[in-house]
Amino acid sequence: MLKVNNLVAEIDGKQILKGLNLEVKPGEVHAIMGPNGAGKSTLASVIAGKEDYEVTEGTIELEGEDISELAPEERAHEGIFLSFQYPVEIPGVTVTNFIKTAINETRKAKGLEDMPAKDMLNKIREKSNLLNIDRKFLSRSLNEGFSGGEKKRNEIFQMAMLEPKLAILDETDSGLDIDALKVVANGVNKLKSEDNAFIIITHYQRLLDYIIPDFVHVLHDGKIVKTGDASLALELEAKGYDWIKEELVS
Amino acid sequence: MDLKDKIVSSYVAFEDKVNLNSNVHEIRSKAFQNFEDLGFPTRKLEAWKYTSLNSVLSEDYSLFPSKEVSIDLADVKKYFIHDIDTYKVVFIDGKYSSFLSETTHEAFDVCLMSSALTKPKYKAVIENYFNKVAKQDNLTSLNTAFAKEGAYIYIPRNTEVEKPIQIINFTTGSEEATMLQPRNLIVAEQNAHVQIIERHQSLTSNAVLTNSVTEVFADRHATVDYYKIQNDEITASLVDNTYIEQQSESTVSVHTFSFGGKITRNNLNFYQKGEHINSILKGVTILEGKQHVDHHTLVHHIEPNCESHQDYKGIYDERSTGVFNGKVVVEKEAQKTNAYQQNNNVLVSDKATMNAKPQLEIFADDVRCSHGCTIGQLDDQALFYMQQRGIPLKEARALLMYAFANTVLESVKIPEVQNRITKIIAHKLGVNIGFDL
Repeated sequence: MLKVNNLVAEIDGKQILKGLNLEVKPGEVHAIMGPNGAGKSTLASVIAGKEDYEVTEGTIELEGEDISELAPEERAHEGIFLSFQYPVEIPGVTVTNFIKTAINETRKAKGLEDMPAKDMLNKIREKSNLLNIDRKFLSRSLNEGFSGGEKKRNEIFQMAMLEPKLAILDETDSGLDIDALKVVANGVNKLKSEDNAFIIITHYQRLLDYIIPDFVHVLHDGKIVKTGDASLALELEAKGYDWIKEELVS
Repeated sequence: MDLKDKIVSSYVAFEDKVNLNSNVHEIRSKAFQNFEDLGFPTRKLEAWKYTSLNSVLSEDYSLFPSKEVSIDLADVKKYFIHDIDTYKVVFIDGKYSSFLSETTHEAFDVCLMSSALTKPKYKAVIENYFNKVAKQDNLTSLNTAFAKEGAYIYIPRNTEVEKPIQIINFTTGSEEATMLQPRNLIVAEQNAHVQIIERHQSLTSNAVLTNSVTEVFADRHATVDYYKIQNDEITASLVDNTYIEQQSESTVSVHTFSFGGKITRNNLNFYQKGEHINSILKGVTILEGKQHVDHHTLVHHIEPNCESHQDYKGIYDERSTGVFNGKVVVEKEAQKTNAYQQNNNVLVSDKATMNAKPQLEIFADDVRCSHGCTIGQLDDQALFYMQQRGIPLKEARALLMYAFANTVLESVKIPEVQNRITKIIAHKLGVNIGFDL
């Protein structure tokens, strides 16, 4: 599904990703871990197409097509979703109307008519039930005054509505208490299928207690330096990241 | 001959057509003298520092367009709020159009200034209210000197006018350049309630200069909601002088939507002459090209326990320029005043300019006065967030701008007006999204 080949990316002339390779197949969950400053969030932003970053080498392929020249909305239309570490507050736009606009713009890009209001309503009802989201929450302004947990849950709700092929969760666990974490993990597990894939970017192992990854990658200094299964996350939790750095030096 | 000379020398001709032996004409003559002394405002005046009228005053305006021009309703229907029943006072090139209007004299008067200024029936109201709150500055004096036509609205006590009243001034371009000076008077007696929608619309690209004066009196416990829709041609300029006097427990709101025109100057003045008064001043300005809008507001808190709420949002693209000068005066007696002023601006282009100047003069010591002013850009991270959800950049920008202006839009009490403004905004931003936020 996603194939990242020798990706080199910089911001303001500073190289952050230094030849990164990653392959994600349908139905898989990949966790990307690593110390602060390793380039985890940069990877997420670059895949989603944030224009502040410049890709100087390598390719990002989605289902065989190079998407590295596409605008962020075009990548979204192709099925990439990024759950933001810090979701933006947009006062004056309700959650419902935002997601309606997002869905209809995506349909427009594909040459489809707007989704009929009734279908939209049913879909909103279905997904909010699935994720135990109070309907009142949907008529509030997008992320305005939301708690950390509410913001992340809103991201998962949007993901459920947009049904992406590839979802990247950027530090979705940061700032969440254990209950909020379970809600988010539960949502991801319900949305997981044979046809979609997840990349979970996290600093800590605890989210991976609830979402079991197929692969765990360690990102260090702009490259993936180690790949393993779920047990690697536990090892990192117990021993920290220093042993990997030492391993690299030797 | 420059415009001032032309105006001054035309006064004799104007006087031929009006009754010289009236109190009203005494007021006119005095105002004429005042304008003759003062002339047009220049940028040397502090109040006109950021707005030059030079480019507008250089046109050779026809001062009293004489051709009778009729227009088809079908051609101008779009400028009306036509999806609800309303009273209408419509002028074409400064002359009353009975065909396009719908007036009344039944429970209240929605009619013409020309009648009110001349007929005995209205004498008492004219004597009590005409030119009583209007300031005697350059352009108001000029308007007063030639005051003859406009809308006259008188709502007696305990009367609620259920239909909004639209005041529309069309210019047809029958003359190469047209100058108009409408004069409106709106009186809401005790506990009366009225909603007004005002629009100035040029129908061609010929130059238009409108120097409008509106006086509003809200007696005890009256409510007046006034909506100004300014979305005129790029060759049309407007100076809107609006003066509002409020008595105790009255509420007056003025929403000014400035989307078009060449130069638009809004002089909006509130005088609070009682206690527990609420004055609401709101505006959305969205400009592009070389458009210029200057909002000059004044709220004069004279008595204790009153409120004022100002919220002006501005979005400036290309080389457009904006001014917000918001003055709040709180007199020594006006204790417990609660005056709030907010002015937020987004510069979409780095060639656009915004000059903001809050002015607070507070002589009382037990008051709450706040003001906030920001000039910024659209938030890149918010745009990326929306794009990431599949919303193209243009639509994302429009949505963000719309959301920015929404604090003003949501306080519009007539849904059809709110809806119309939303459509104008979507059209201006070149997007086709619902915005039903």
